[in-house]
Amino acid sequence: MSDLDKSELDEALAGAGIELPDPLEMPEMKPGAMGDLHSFEAYPQHETDLGFPGERPDDWKEVVIDKMADLRTRYRSFRVYLDSCVKCGACTDKCHYYLGSGDPKNMPVARQDLMRSVYRRYFTLPGKYFPWLVGARDLTEDVLDEWYNYYHQCSQCRRCSVYCPYGIDTAEISMAAREIMDSIGKGQKYCNEIIAKVHSIGNNLGMPAKAILATMEDFEEELEEDTGIAIKLPVDKKGADILLVTPSADFFAEPHIDGLFGYAKVFHELGVDWTLSTTASEAGNFGMFIGSYENMRKVSLRIREAALELGVKRIVFGECGHAWRVGYAFLNTLAGPWDFLDPRYPVPQHICEFTNDAIENGELKFDKTKNDHMTLTFHDSCNVARATRMGDKPGGQFEIPRAVIKAACNNYHDMEDDTIGEATVCCGGGGGILTDDLMDIRVKGAQPRMRALRKVTEEHGVTNMAAICAICKSQFAKVLPKYDFNMEAIQSVHQLVSNAIIMSDAPKEDDTKSKSKKED
Amino acid sequence: MITTIFALAFYFATILLIVGVGYRIYEYTIVPAPLKIATTPAPTTTTGVVYRMFREVALFESLFKANKWIWIFGYMFHVGLLLVLVRHLRYFLDPRFVPGIVWYGLELIQPIGKYAGFAMIAGLAGLWARRVLVNRVRYISSPSDHLMLALLIAIGASGMIMQYVNPTDITSLKNFFMSLAYFNLFDWQPLPDNLFLMGHLTLVLTLMIIFPYSKLLHAPGIFFSPSRNQVDNPREVRHIVPWAKSLEDGSGKK
Repeated sequence: MSDLDKSELDEALAGAGIELPDPLEMPEMKPGAMGDLHSFEAYPQHETDLGFPGERPDDWKEVVIDKMADLRTRYRSFRVYLDSCVKCGACTDKCHYYLGSGDPKNMPVARQDLMRSVYRRYFTLPGKYFPWLVGARDLTEDVLDEWYNYYHQCSQCRRCSVYCPYGIDTAEISMAAREIMDSIGKGQKYCNEIIAKVHSIGNNLGMPAKAILATMEDFEEELEEDTGIAIKLPVDKKGADILLVTPSADFFAEPHIDGLFGYAKVFHELGVDWTLSTTASEAGNFGMFIGSYENMRKVSLRIREAALELGVKRIVFGECGHAWRVGYAFLNTLAGPWDFLDPRYPVPQHICEFTNDAIENGELKFDKTKNDHMTLTFHDSCNVARATRMGDKPGGQFEIPRAVIKAACNNYHDMEDDTIGEATVCCGGGGGILTDDLMDIRVKGAQPRMRALRKVTEEHGVTNMAAICAICKSQFAKVLPKYDFNMEAIQSVHQLVSNAIIMSDAPKEDDTKSKSKKED
Repeated sequence: MITTIFALAFYFATILLIVGVGYRIYEYTIVPAPLKIATTPAPTTTTGVVYRMFREVALFESLFKANKWIWIFGYMFHVGLLLVLVRHLRYFLDPRFVPGIVWYGLELIQPIGKYAGFAMIAGLAGLWARRVLVNRVRYISSPSDHLMLALLIAIGASGMIMQYVNPTDITSLKNFFMSLAYFNLFDWQPLPDNLFLMGHLTLVLTLMIIFPYSKLLHAPGIFFSPSRNQVDNPREVRHIVPWAKSLEDGSGKK
């Protein structure tokens, strides 16, 4: 939208007595507002399952300092980012959790400083001798609690890293902080319990193979009822061409399942031989959230093993944001090389890349009117937007999902520029925050996105928002009602595909006609 | 006596600056970046990364996206400082060993450098005003952040005073630095007797000494920032660092 229409619209709305807050409006600063928000800590069992100590050691301070020393020799990001910040303030108004809560420790630089202050005290000359001068402080129980509370109010969305003149990424610091806390047995229940489930069962939900098989059978029946054709959801099919790795929420939650139906229809229509795996039944990789390379690698290796076991030629990832980051940016490092797969395709491929290629090749047909009851907008998921790519060109991660939506829908309108694309605001639930005990910060963190959505709703009649991330979808389903939206307003991108795709082998409405046509 | 103290202090500070910053750069070089974490959209080629880095360093591209006020003040300060530093080269270079064209360039820049000093101080004053007046920036500021601005402003101001109010004997000053440069140990040319000059040089020495221990490390740091200096090609090229590789054959420790 040009600035001109925008100001005209603003005027018109002001005339109508409607005043919509700017999505990125600066809050009043409220020190300590979120200081007591403490998500459930992991039980000793969760910690030991992941190779961390179950109990806090007596010499925990030394362990923490040793861990920091270890990380600063293993991660250039940790080292350079802690040294380089000049406190210019560019990031201070960029975090959705600050915008929503007003707690200054949710400003990216202040969040980093919780760690940097300790780093300076123990690892820099001025911090050792003049701590008061450079804001250095001793490691204490209070500091540790502050770390725990505020590093679990960061969704690792990287919005701050876009605006930092040195590219300092608070996500790197919060991942390091969580790894440091895990090293003394102070992990978060939500993340660590889930990672343990992946290690033992294969997915975040803890769905055993039998349950997955039964669910897929149910889904196949449902799809057949809807479409009149036998669309398969193959599981552990040896020799299939494509292994689909998708978030397990796609088996369980709404609107995720409708997205899964969309993938299945696309595969069916293209006649692709594909399969799910019961052992690699999870695209998400919470190992990243806790900054643990070892856990992230172990989770990733399940995909490698499944690909080898099933003898597939390609790997495609379903709609999941942080998963796509691990898939796109880390999988080759963690579980590669992928030289046993078909070299003509990138490993892995995103389902949107896959579908978009088919659309561009004219292999898919859509009846867009099937989505005419909606006007769509698209929420760029943070980690897809700022940590990955789709297609060959930088920025493909913005264009390709939109191209898929527009192929399936007539009515589409983007939200404000400073809330989409690389500037996208997080849903508020990413990075290990999607747990009920953190609902307060989840609702507050969603505020900028909800305001941006409110604007396009009022100004352009947008009714629904599509996303390609399991966390975004779950988070929005929960917080949309808190902002007076319908929880069904959130859609999977492949749900829109599913609604509109024309299945060429579907029985036509006039049965005899289509039958005779086929016989021809 | 004063000449000797300053001479020794300059040797000390110069060594500390070069060794200190050199050592930091060495440290940054040997610490691996185990994962591809470029902030995307990111360039897919090395040439693209060089171009991105150039835009960051020469234009402060990300800062421009973030906040126009910080960008304006920060840019004024840094460009002002750069021009002032280039202008100062005249005092440390022997024209006999400098190509004529370069020397000609240095002469050309002299008048510009004079005014750049104003831009530098104005930029610093703007940044300091934000640090005091904007509550978010005030919240994140430590005493050292204020002192750093004070130090830089004092360096700029003392220099400007010599330029416009109380000039020093610049020829003697140059002779002093030349005698340092040629290592005429303990046979240094005397420093001109000027209080503002003493102040100016003391402050500059302080800045040189704290450089490797302070946030001034952002200058080398930006070149090592993985979110800015990595090529976006993780699917095409396998990125693996030695400690991560050692996990694969089980040989290494964590």
